[in-house]
Amino acid sequence: MSQLTNDSVLNRLQEQFGPAIISHEVPYGLLTVEVQSEKAHDMIAWLKEDDVLKMSFLTLIGAVHYPDQKGRELCVNYHIHSLVHNVRLRIRAFVPIAEPNIATITDIYIGADWQERETYDFFGVNFVGHPNLTRILNEDDMDYFPMRKEYHLEDATREDKDDRYFGR
Amino acid sequence: MGKVEKKPRIEDVETINGEGFQLATLDKVIAAARANSVWPLPFATSCCGIEYMATMGSNYDLARFGMERMSFSPRQADLLIVAGTISKKLAPILKQVYEQMAEPKWVLSVGACASSGGIFDTYSVLQGIDRVIPVDVYVPGCPPRPEQIIEGIMNIHRLVKHESLRRRYSDEYKHLLNKYHLNEDEPTDK
Repeated sequence: MSQLTNDSVLNRLQEQFGPAIISHEVPYGLLTVEVQSEKAHDMIAWLKEDDVLKMSFLTLIGAVHYPDQKGRELCVNYHIHSLVHNVRLRIRAFVPIAEPNIATITDIYIGADWQERETYDFFGVNFVGHPNLTRILNEDDMDYFPMRKEYHLEDATREDKDDRYFGR
Repeated sequence: MGKVEKKPRIEDVETINGEGFQLATLDKVIAAARANSVWPLPFATSCCGIEYMATMGSNYDLARFGMERMSFSPRQADLLIVAGTISKKLAPILKQVYEQMAEPKWVLSVGACASSGGIFDTYSVLQGIDRVIPVDVYVPGCPPRPEQIIEGIMNIHRLVKHESLRRRYSDEYKHLLNKYHLNEDEPTDK
């Protein structure tokens, strides 16, 4: 069995998905592919079943908010690991903040359930088809998605913190 | 008769002693009894909780104060010791625990987080438990040393000994509870 490299993984992905892969980069040696958001589910399903790559372990799901990228503000990140080859892959899919819909992968990895709920909780990404997409860490009656950049980190109810005393 | 007699006392309560009787005011005796058998309910969530555990342990020994028994049921507890960060999601639970405690009850807020949110000035953390329940004594520190926690507890004891037994019926106390929406079973006078 030949050793998998970032290049061979990328070649195999491009053979299979071709134009669905929008771009790729290798920051800090971690192969990262940007994929069309509607194809992310298929790619993760295929990676799990593929006999060559054997990427059948979901390390994490997360999101990033890029307020400056109009029409593609929210980036959903999937980290997939091949335990057989010890090779990692990051899949990024961008969705617009006005319609942050992406297919759930709970039908592929049941462990994605809580991670998708967390991503929904903090970023408001709507995982279409998720069995129970509700808040998981924040209080249930919270009315916004706190990790989006337009919201302040600080508690809004503090009255003793005057900006003048903090150099702001 | 030249003997110097100590002022007669039960605990810290002055008494009048005579042939076959001993007199004291009942509220002082009850207050002394309460102060020497405060049953704490530890509501420990983080590093302050570890310091509190040290306070309970044999080195610092809370049992000296008649606080041998930790009450993990709010029904039998007198003193709610909140030690640690309280997230906003946890706030209703803390309030419920407080409501379940029977009168008389006191609250000790241990550490910066319980008192003010501490370093966690963030959307998910309650900025001090006095946002949801009334607090009697605050202990500063991040986390406070066991000595500081003991001082806070001794201040609670001082409160217990010196406050009126009928404080709980006073207008101020009712006003305080109403402010926290904790007195809803009692009709409010308008």
